[in-house]
Amino acid sequence: MTFLSGSPIELGTLLGEVAAPGRGGIASFVGLVRDHHGGRKVSALSYSAYEPMAEEICGQIVSEAETRWPVRVALRHRLGDLAVGEVAVAVAVGGDHREEAFAACRYVIEEVKRRVPIWKRETYVDGTEEWVDPANSGVGIGEWGMGDVR
Amino acid sequence: MNSMLTVRLFARYAELLGAPEVRVSAEGIATVGDLLARLRSFPGAGAIGPGTLVAVNLRQARADAPVSPEDEIALLPPLAGG
Repeated sequence: MTFLSGSPIELGTLLGEVAAPGRGGIASFVGLVRDHHGGRKVSALSYSAYEPMAEEICGQIVSEAETRWPVRVALRHRLGDLAVGEVAVAVAVGGDHREEAFAACRYVIEEVKRRVPIWKRETYVDGTEEWVDPANSGVGIGEWGMGDVR
Repeated sequence: MNSMLTVRLFARYAELLGAPEVRVSAEGIATVGDLLARLRSFPGAGAIGPGTLVAVNLRQARADAPVSPEDEIALLPPLAGG
């Protein structure tokens, strides 16, 4: 499975991967590139990753969700240059019932943000650029981390 | 000739040190903590804090985890996916 994508994420493909006759619903989360961050106007951004590790951790997160709930999970994260409004990350979860589908979907997106080695460089309309650091966005230093420390 | 550790750098850290990877003499470096202390003495590396995330062979490693020249070592700035 490849979770990282250099080309636009096709939401219909993700839904198709988790649909099945026995599943009564699909819950999804779609993260988009916002035009503002921390009071500044964003014009574009670029995602980069430690790719082999990011693929491995995405796979672990999907397995964890599929073990904990009776669901099937599809996950993609975009890499490279993105424009405002483009899909940055998408999670689709098919389940027999909506409770487990919503719960698993929430779990997957939260764990992706917390554990997957991906970085975001924002370009602002004034021409400046910056690496986004969650520690500068209201999260205290030391609160982020990846879990599963050996 | 002593052996070298290769450390991959990403995002802000690659920018700070001006390269996608650095090679460091393995002499006197037994653990992740030893390696971080050495790297922080490099020019431009002051922003690499003692609590920086380090991955060894694609898994996050604690400061007391051992490192050797055979390991794939990477320094990870604060994560910002999603």
